[in-house]
Amino acid sequence: MKLLRKQIDKLKPHFQKGGRFEMLHSTFDAFETFLFVPDKVTSKGAHIRDSIDMKRTMIIVVVAMLPTLLFGMWNVGYQHFIATGTEAGFWDEFLHGLIRVLPIVIVSYVSGLAVEFAFAQIRGHEVNEGFLVTGMLIPLIVPVDIPLWMVSVATVFAVIIGKEVFGGTGMNILNPALTARAFLFFAYPTYMSGDFVWISGLMKGEGIADGFSGATPLANATLGNAEAIPSSMAMFLGTIPGSIGETSTLAILIGALILWFTGVGSIKIIASVFAGGWVMGFILNLFAVNPFMEIPAWEQLIMGGFAFGAVYMATDPVTASQTEKGKYIYGFLVGFLAILIRVLNPAYPEGMMLAILFMNVFAPLIDHNVMQANIRRRLRRAAAADANK
Amino acid sequence: MSKVIRLRKGLNIPLKGKAEKILVNQGLPDKFAVKPVDFPGIRPKMLIKPDDEVKAGTPLFFDKYNPGVMFASPVRGRVVAINRGERRRILEVVIKHGGSMEYEDFGKADPASLDRDAITGLLLKSGLWPLFRQRPYGIIPRPGETPRSIFISGFDTAPLAPDYDFVMQDSGNEFRKGIDVIKKLTDGKVYLNLNADYPPSDVFAGLNGVEVNYFSGPHPAGNVGVHIHHLEPVHKNGKVWYINPQDVLVLGRLFMNGIVDFSRIVALTGSEIVKPRYYRSMMGASVDILVRDNVSGGNNRYISGNVLTGSRIPSDGFIGFYDSQVTVIPEGDHYRFMGWAEPGLDRFSSSRTFFSWLMPGREYRHDTNYNGGERAYVMTGEYEKVLPMDIIPQQLVKAIMVEDIDKMENLGIYELVEEDLALCEYVCTSKIEVQTILRRGIELMVKETS
Repeated sequence: MKLLRKQIDKLKPHFQKGGRFEMLHSTFDAFETFLFVPDKVTSKGAHIRDSIDMKRTMIIVVVAMLPTLLFGMWNVGYQHFIATGTEAGFWDEFLHGLIRVLPIVIVSYVSGLAVEFAFAQIRGHEVNEGFLVTGMLIPLIVPVDIPLWMVSVATVFAVIIGKEVFGGTGMNILNPALTARAFLFFAYPTYMSGDFVWISGLMKGEGIADGFSGATPLANATLGNAEAIPSSMAMFLGTIPGSIGETSTLAILIGALILWFTGVGSIKIIASVFAGGWVMGFILNLFAVNPFMEIPAWEQLIMGGFAFGAVYMATDPVTASQTEKGKYIYGFLVGFLAILIRVLNPAYPEGMMLAILFMNVFAPLIDHNVMQANIRRRLRRAAAADANK
Repeated sequence: MSKVIRLRKGLNIPLKGKAEKILVNQGLPDKFAVKPVDFPGIRPKMLIKPDDEVKAGTPLFFDKYNPGVMFASPVRGRVVAINRGERRRILEVVIKHGGSMEYEDFGKADPASLDRDAITGLLLKSGLWPLFRQRPYGIIPRPGETPRSIFISGFDTAPLAPDYDFVMQDSGNEFRKGIDVIKKLTDGKVYLNLNADYPPSDVFAGLNGVEVNYFSGPHPAGNVGVHIHHLEPVHKNGKVWYINPQDVLVLGRLFMNGIVDFSRIVALTGSEIVKPRYYRSMMGASVDILVRDNVSGGNNRYISGNVLTGSRIPSDGFIGFYDSQVTVIPEGDHYRFMGWAEPGLDRFSSSRTFFSWLMPGREYRHDTNYNGGERAYVMTGEYEKVLPMDIIPQQLVKAIMVEDIDKMENLGIYELVEEDLALCEYVCTSKIEVQTILRRGIELMVKETS
């Protein structure tokens, strides 16, 4: 370590003000702080600071996503071999998934980080860690058969339009990963929906077994093919077609536990999204006129991207409601609207994406009202303190 | 009617180096200083020059904005230096202790028989007025004003803070006399707030005309700002004053003996102190004799006060005007390899992102490293967990950043001073300088509203 540190110290002057590579200062800083926590000590205010920093926080979120990524890789292979009617073992399935998924992850990180570094350089500030999470989220919410160039275009679009134009990490209004997905959904709808995109190889029609349908449970539900919806156990475990990371509710719950336990993700949001979704599902059950509306409320919560959105997307602290009471309202409405859109608007079976983006826009309004209530309450208390002096 | 208020929000940072309950009488050092920087918002105007002889109680300087407010020397001796910092700002007035004590005589008096003006006049003249501070803003009150009420916090929950029950145990008479003085200064109540988890010490029991309430919970449950918020919240025109318990004794001594005696017991704490104990000392005393031969080697940070709100001093620096604690912790000026990936068994965090949560009850040797770079706000809800007040801290900090006066006022800047948000600064993932920003906001409010 000391040797490495020495090398860095030797290189450092070249990247600082007046050095030969001054224009690459942010890039150097990003790599240096990746390797070493800086030696900077407190100079004002509190003399000690918590051990946590942005890098650690973001890494925890990435760790929380690993169960869904690993399960997603295996499931890609599993679905592929079902579709082609081939017998295959666990490692064959996982290997197939790894080969298909890894390029998407790499493309997402490389194109996103390139934009991030460029912007940090131009603005002359540090490279923010936010993209570590976004870069992992994007592969998890796209179908496996998506062309890699689309992943790249969508990522670049999301980072620039979704984040950098607002001033970078911490300033954005919309969740960048969902911005990427929304971009893909509206720009290339044929690659983001239908019966073929969800299973590796199906787009090219590689030797599909007879009578196999690659439709997701949600697509079947929309079409009213209630008998084609898999068992709730399959949907909970995730052995169904779908976007890479969204299928397994079990893996997502493991991630939720990590986020909750470490304190990185807001359990208030996660719980209230599920509550809101269940309430809407229950209301629809009461007035059910078609098979989709008859699906039990709790089953809605393990279908499609609902759980994934609740745990990893709605909890994005920057775009969610920032006040504690607001988080309950925000989360509840995300869940409520997601099921409403999903069931009653057949054009958008994936209501979660639109519900979260919609509530991202409304989060500041929720916060404003929470703040106004706080202000009124405190004014009343101050007046009472004056009165019984 | 006593209330018991139980607070759940907050954080006790488990640090090594709590002072053992042993009182050491080491005598006084030969240098003292009064530091104008301890008093936010004043503009000192000197009354003495280097080489002047002073006694304990001799005024050294006054506040140009409030000319009646004097700041007195704690000892007899000779002024040896007036140290200045940037833009010739006066940092400290250093006095060389003359060996024996000699006091200015202010005459014994019975506070009960004096009227408010006479008491105010005596406090101003003797330099004890600055022992009081007001909320909003945490500044020295203006002499003409009368507070709605006066608060005393009888316990301190800050990291490694002194135990006031121990510190005050033999000072019942002085404390009662000081309370008599304080009662004269307000038409409202005098509040004494104690720790609900322990039986009150004899010193605090049986006081007349004082409302005693009890608080429990993690830090900042002992902060006077938290007590004010829960008992009698302040606003622009509803001002309250507060005073530290050991400073009540100073008031008592003035009226009992007619002298200014800034004696105070100081807790010497921190992981780098070999024998953390309590010392008889005095406001403004050099810490030199306390820490000499009592500190482990290496590069250390010396703090007058606690690790969250104290001020940085050199190893021969001086105890601050309002401080009853000196803390020494290691500096953190070293690099840490791949901090984002280490298991972190020996790193404390209020979150559970390091595996140190596996070992509750462990005490840490915490250094001064930032542990990361400053970033824009990303995380939310962190501040709320450590602020037991009905205030939305992060939105307030943002309002101060953009200097939105209306919003600052509405979101509660009147109810806060730095120490109340110190824990927010500690836990901040984005490493935002919350205390510095808050003081900037307060200065702006003072400027805009006066």
